[in-house]
Amino acid sequence: MDPFEVEGDSRKSNKPKYSKFTQQELPACKPLLTPGIVVSAFSLIGILFVPIGLASLSASQEIVELIDRYDTSCVPMTDKVGFIQNSKTDKTCTRTLTVPKQMKSPIYVYYQIGDFYQNHRRYVKSRSDKQLRYKEAAGLTKNCEPEGNSADGAPIIPCGLIAWSLFNDTYTISVNKKAIEVNKKGIAWQSDKNNKFGSDVYPSNFQKGNIIGGAKLNESIPLSEQEDLIVWMRTAALPTFRKLYGRIEADIMANDQLTVVIQNNYNTYSFGGSKVLVLSTTSWIGGKNNFIGVAYLTIGGLCLFLAVGFIVLYMFKPRALGDPSYLSWNRDILD
Amino acid sequence: MGRVGGRRRDRLRWSKLYTFSCFRTPATDDAAGPSAASDGGSAVGGPGFSRVVHCNNPVLHRRKPLKYPTNYISTTKYNVLTFFPKAIFEQFRRVANLYFLLTAILSLTPVCPFSPVSMIAPLAFVVGLSMIKEGVEDWRRFIQDMKVNNRKVAVHNGDGQFGYRHWEDLCVGDVVKVEKDQFFPADLLLLSSSYEDGICYVETMNLDGETNLKVKRSLEVTLPLEEDESFKDFRAMIRCEDPNPSLYTFVGNLEYERQVYAIDPFQILLRDSKLRNTAFIYGVVIFTGHDSKVMQNSTESPSKRSRIERKMDLIIYILFTVLVLISLISSIGFAVRIKLDLPHWWYLQPQNSNKLDDPSHPALSGIFHLITALILYGYLIPISLYVSIELVKVLQAHFINQDIHMFDEETGITAQARTSNLNEELGQVHTILSDKTGTLTCNQMDFLKCSIAGVSYGVGSSEVELAAAKQMASGADDQDIPLQDVWEENNEDEIQLVEGVNFSVGNNRKASIKSFSFDDDRLMQGNWTKEPNSSTILLFFRILSLCHTAIPEINDATGSITYEAESPDEGAFLVAAREFGFEFFKRTQSSVFVREKHTSSKGTTEREFKILNLLEFNSKRKRMSVILKDEDGQILLFCKGADSIIFDRLAKNGRMYEADTTRHLNDYGEAGLRTLALSYRLLEESEYSSWSAEFLKAKTTIGPDRELQLERVSDLIERELILVGATAVEDKLQKGVPQCIDRLAQAGLKIWVLTGDKMETAINIGYACSLLRQGMKRICLSIPTGDQVAHDAKKAAKESLMLQIANGSQMVKLDKDPDAAFALVIDGKALAFALEDDMKHMFLNLAIECASVICCRVSPKQKALVTRLVKEGIGQTTLAIGDGANDVGMIQEADIGVGISGVEGMQAVMASDFSISQFRFLERLLVVHGHWCYKRIAQMICYFFYKNIAFGLTIFYFEAFAGFSGQSVYDDWFMLLFNVVLTSLPVISLGVFEQDVSSEICLQFPALYQQGPKNLFFDWYRILGWMGNGLYSSLAIFFLNLCIFYDQAIRAGGQTADMAAVGTTMFTCIIWAVNMQIALTMSHFTWIQHLFVWGSITTWYLFILAYGMTLRSRDNYKILLEVLGPAPLYWAATLLVTAACNIPYLIHISYQRSCNPLDHHVIQEIKYLRKDVEDQTMWKRERSKARQKTKIGFTARVDAKIKQIRGKLHKKGPALTIHTVS
Repeated sequence: MDPFEVEGDSRKSNKPKYSKFTQQELPACKPLLTPGIVVSAFSLIGILFVPIGLASLSASQEIVELIDRYDTSCVPMTDKVGFIQNSKTDKTCTRTLTVPKQMKSPIYVYYQIGDFYQNHRRYVKSRSDKQLRYKEAAGLTKNCEPEGNSADGAPIIPCGLIAWSLFNDTYTISVNKKAIEVNKKGIAWQSDKNNKFGSDVYPSNFQKGNIIGGAKLNESIPLSEQEDLIVWMRTAALPTFRKLYGRIEADIMANDQLTVVIQNNYNTYSFGGSKVLVLSTTSWIGGKNNFIGVAYLTIGGLCLFLAVGFIVLYMFKPRALGDPSYLSWNRDILD
Repeated sequence: MGRVGGRRRDRLRWSKLYTFSCFRTPATDDAAGPSAASDGGSAVGGPGFSRVVHCNNPVLHRRKPLKYPTNYISTTKYNVLTFFPKAIFEQFRRVANLYFLLTAILSLTPVCPFSPVSMIAPLAFVVGLSMIKEGVEDWRRFIQDMKVNNRKVAVHNGDGQFGYRHWEDLCVGDVVKVEKDQFFPADLLLLSSSYEDGICYVETMNLDGETNLKVKRSLEVTLPLEEDESFKDFRAMIRCEDPNPSLYTFVGNLEYERQVYAIDPFQILLRDSKLRNTAFIYGVVIFTGHDSKVMQNSTESPSKRSRIERKMDLIIYILFTVLVLISLISSIGFAVRIKLDLPHWWYLQPQNSNKLDDPSHPALSGIFHLITALILYGYLIPISLYVSIELVKVLQAHFINQDIHMFDEETGITAQARTSNLNEELGQVHTILSDKTGTLTCNQMDFLKCSIAGVSYGVGSSEVELAAAKQMASGADDQDIPLQDVWEENNEDEIQLVEGVNFSVGNNRKASIKSFSFDDDRLMQGNWTKEPNSSTILLFFRILSLCHTAIPEINDATGSITYEAESPDEGAFLVAAREFGFEFFKRTQSSVFVREKHTSSKGTTEREFKILNLLEFNSKRKRMSVILKDEDGQILLFCKGADSIIFDRLAKNGRMYEADTTRHLNDYGEAGLRTLALSYRLLEESEYSSWSAEFLKAKTTIGPDRELQLERVSDLIERELILVGATAVEDKLQKGVPQCIDRLAQAGLKIWVLTGDKMETAINIGYACSLLRQGMKRICLSIPTGDQVAHDAKKAAKESLMLQIANGSQMVKLDKDPDAAFALVIDGKALAFALEDDMKHMFLNLAIECASVICCRVSPKQKALVTRLVKEGIGQTTLAIGDGANDVGMIQEADIGVGISGVEGMQAVMASDFSISQFRFLERLLVVHGHWCYKRIAQMICYFFYKNIAFGLTIFYFEAFAGFSGQSVYDDWFMLLFNVVLTSLPVISLGVFEQDVSSEICLQFPALYQQGPKNLFFDWYRILGWMGNGLYSSLAIFFLNLCIFYDQAIRAGGQTADMAAVGTTMFTCIIWAVNMQIALTMSHFTWIQHLFVWGSITTWYLFILAYGMTLRSRDNYKILLEVLGPAPLYWAATLLVTAACNIPYLIHISYQRSCNPLDHHVIQEIKYLRKDVEDQTMWKRERSKARQKTKIGFTARVDAKIKQIRGKLHKKGPALTIHTVS
């Protein structure tokens, strides 16, 4: 009738095609929190967590850790900053420690610094990854200012505040007066050595400015072999951090006398930070870490308690699943 | 037929026959404003009346100054050129996007803690996606416009030739020929029509919603332009008003053959109205495209936002406050540290500071840092929230469009979510405001019953009776089975009720004839001659076949006759008369010819009845009469009209059947049928001639008195009538309307009907839709008519209305019966007062108390006002549904506008937010899609806030440990991917696929819908709960990891954790925690959810693996392979933190489900245990109980009916127990 109806024939073709997807009828699993599932879920978490907690707690207990804070005793009581900044003074400091329990090899030697903001944005940014990696990129020091270029404009390698403030205390350790070697190889991540620090990149112009930050680097050793630097360049997440210094590959018996000769060079006194020497064994969870075990036990215990709690709840306030009397229209009548 | 009859001129001069309509100025409606036609002529040419149209000379209109807009219409927001700038502007009008833009710009400066790409990329992604969506939606609008623009119309091409042209190519001054049932392509001046006197019928339903046809008449001078050829040399000029939105006025004049003729609205045919009952018309285009009155009336559709989104904005503001707060803390901390500590931090070389961290200017540095912090903690505000929501809504809209259950097979139209902004609002609707004609009804009448000489004929029973009978039959033997779903199991054919009444059901009606559903053998096939009152029956049929203004149309091919009637009722009567053997087949200027066939065996006789006068129907008279002379020379007056009018005019001896007829009329009325009473009067020759003289005098009176005179004289003759009987016509409801209303009522929705029709019709429909029923207390508000003396009347009317409302409220208050239901029926005039400021709250309060509200004779503007009153007065979501242009205001005003598509023009659909092709689809749209979308969006937003708080706050905590320096513990890339990749898909799948219960259950338990209007899932309790959960998670993630990775070695190899290791572990924990959280939140896992949730976690590991392969990752180089992967502590931390984050939520949902389950929880359990299959009685019982205790709707009505029947049974036989259903 209507000559304008062009779409007359398209009527049928307009019909949406049936598919389970468009009709929102896709098969679906509809998990339901039945009492059984609730109780078993909590029990399961509990049963899983308690053993993990116990295991990690016992692993943590096995670990022997020697901690010695030396920053206060290795400087004179007055003018600590003046003492540490004076490059002429002898900063040797000897500490004696007694090992309470036998420490099995490998024993890790750490230095721990407190109140040092390695995570400060200004600090974190102050490096040039390209420069560390590629010889050709020596000039890429844009992010490194003010430790980018030396006074005569030559690029500093490695540039930036992080490298510049490299930790420079050294420890010489002897057991029962007998010196033992602290292995400083293999303390950095292998990938860092292989891929992030160039084996053909050598330090240059480093620590040649007016102010000396921290350690100097041997200019004949490529960066990829400067493991102390590599470890240091991995900035810590928190203002108190530990970093690997080296590894002792010998057992130390209980009651052994450890003598540590420390070159106390690093200035933490300006900002009141602490310096701690740590010797620790490890287990599968790493260092001495009771927290994770306790946390697992707490949550596991809580879940077991909850499982019992819900059982009690279901016993005292039972509600048959799918009991229609709980539907709102039925409850309205009861109210 | 159009083209066949096109050349022939119908030999009828309606203007001679019609008494009233052709000469009256149009009734100025409340909305219409005063008619300026009579006195505006002088203004032509002056300001505001500058338009000049050179008829049949469109060439002149191609150049300035006479160049007017083309007939091209466009409702799109953008075009190719403006799209980019405009869409960008739209995007950045959102506060959140602007904020992100600002941060992106700042990221180019050293203030920013991240790399620029990590700020710009997500923004570009998000804005780009939104713009694509915007573009696609606008493209759809464009396509719709094109459909209209490409309709074709016959246009004069010169030399008397007409050719088809697209609407959009139409020009002012073109002469067009519009054929029957076509829409007018522009505003036209009527020149001539297929009728000799230039009359044409116009259906204006699209403009004002009125269903009766309007008569338009051309000027006398243009009548000779009756053929294509006559336009060869036609030249004329129209000077008229400028484009304006007033539909009922027109001022202008026509200069033709050196004479000036005034044009009034009677000659104007408006765009989007439809030519009816007229083979063709010729017209000149005056206003085109956006100049046309209907387009001038259309307002830009307001952009609507859902309640949830508005609340979401509030939450964003809260989060923004939090953001500013923590940034302030952060920058103060920074400034303090800079001032006090930085000078000592030699490793930062403080002596070489720049402005950003200068110890000597800590305040300035602090201010710079504030910007840094605002960017850094920006993760609190989910950048992807808007885009995710938009994406989800588009997909939800796609599901709505694709829903096969909302596809109308007949018209081939699917449901359309025209804007996807309001999907979730569909789940919160409180009140539905519905148009009647075209929405609830199809504007088709079916002759169903009649009462002749006090006997009721027609056995077809109404649907209410049927269902009640079924209930009785099924419930009689088992008292425990309560009310079943009355719409189910409709396959039985006949039900034997206790009382022995047969109700026939279903398809045993004969091959259905349009407009005729009557079934009673007593009258069919000529059997009526055997009835006792056959002479009255004959009269009845004659009245049916003679008392009308229709024209028969003979289909040349089949010889069958169709009728072109002014109203569908009339058509139904003629079809009925034909079926009874009184076929009206020809009308001439003075006579009506009927083929009568009294019994099936006898042949037909053609009879001619001379029409002497025709006193036609109008809404004031509520009756029509025809005075005719039959072949025996008898003068008869046949009168049909509203029962009250007819009964007032009966002669003493004409009241024989009054009592019986009244009873029948009540029955019919209750069944929702439209009734008319039929009567006749025998006139003496002398009596007629004296009246006729007087009538002629009245007819020729000139001046304002004329109408009154005519009415008075007509009134004189329409007296002393003799009642013959009554007819009952079913105003055919659209398919499934009562069911749909019933279910919507059960879902707790209020339904208001707003109709332009008169009160009686509206009430009938109220009955038919079960919005009204017998026993309901009806409060009718109307203004007493008659005394129309200026402003005094207004005051009096207002006072009377005030009193009526007060009485009504009192009545409602005092009623103690819990089952009592009230219905409010209000007339348009009364509504005009009720909507005034001082009364509207009174009115609204009364309306809220009533179970159903029907507003009749409302103008389009009033529809919008009522909608606003409800929207603002109740403060709940309103939904307006309608199909015509008269509903546009209402559709735009309501929170959600739904247009019925496919029947008439597109105005309503264009203005609507959703369009469906049948009212019945509203049920699924609301109860299924609305419910789902509401819950999905609510859950999704809550989860979004949770996840971003959980993530964003960890960044803040870290600052406290990094000297507030603005360093982030996470890699830039992690942050970038967090919102965009790693956590976006699961939440999108939640928003798109989550289902608490399946669609069947949504439909079976409409009560579940109430969760939306009650806003159970997006109240502050829930939002704050989720935020609290986010806060807790952030604390757990950060501090647990902190303690675990504090200073100790993380591996047996003695290595300690650096920032990258801590950051990556924390990030892993976040990914696990938020994804486990969403898994706990979901109750419906298809493979898609599984894929996305578990896929997101996998993606994270894959990403960190791949990222660890590139040197760009700096300290994250090979972090998983070399550093964290081999460390048991990493995995242990992940497990611990994930569990710690999710246990509180798990406790919460377990406890809530066991002690305080929500409806959908219980239903999920019933389904899970398959109790619905095993215990069907329970299932059915719950389903019936779940229906809200409604007072309207079919079920409520059946309940009432059952109570009534049972009450009767109880009186008869006390053996039967009474079971009432609550």
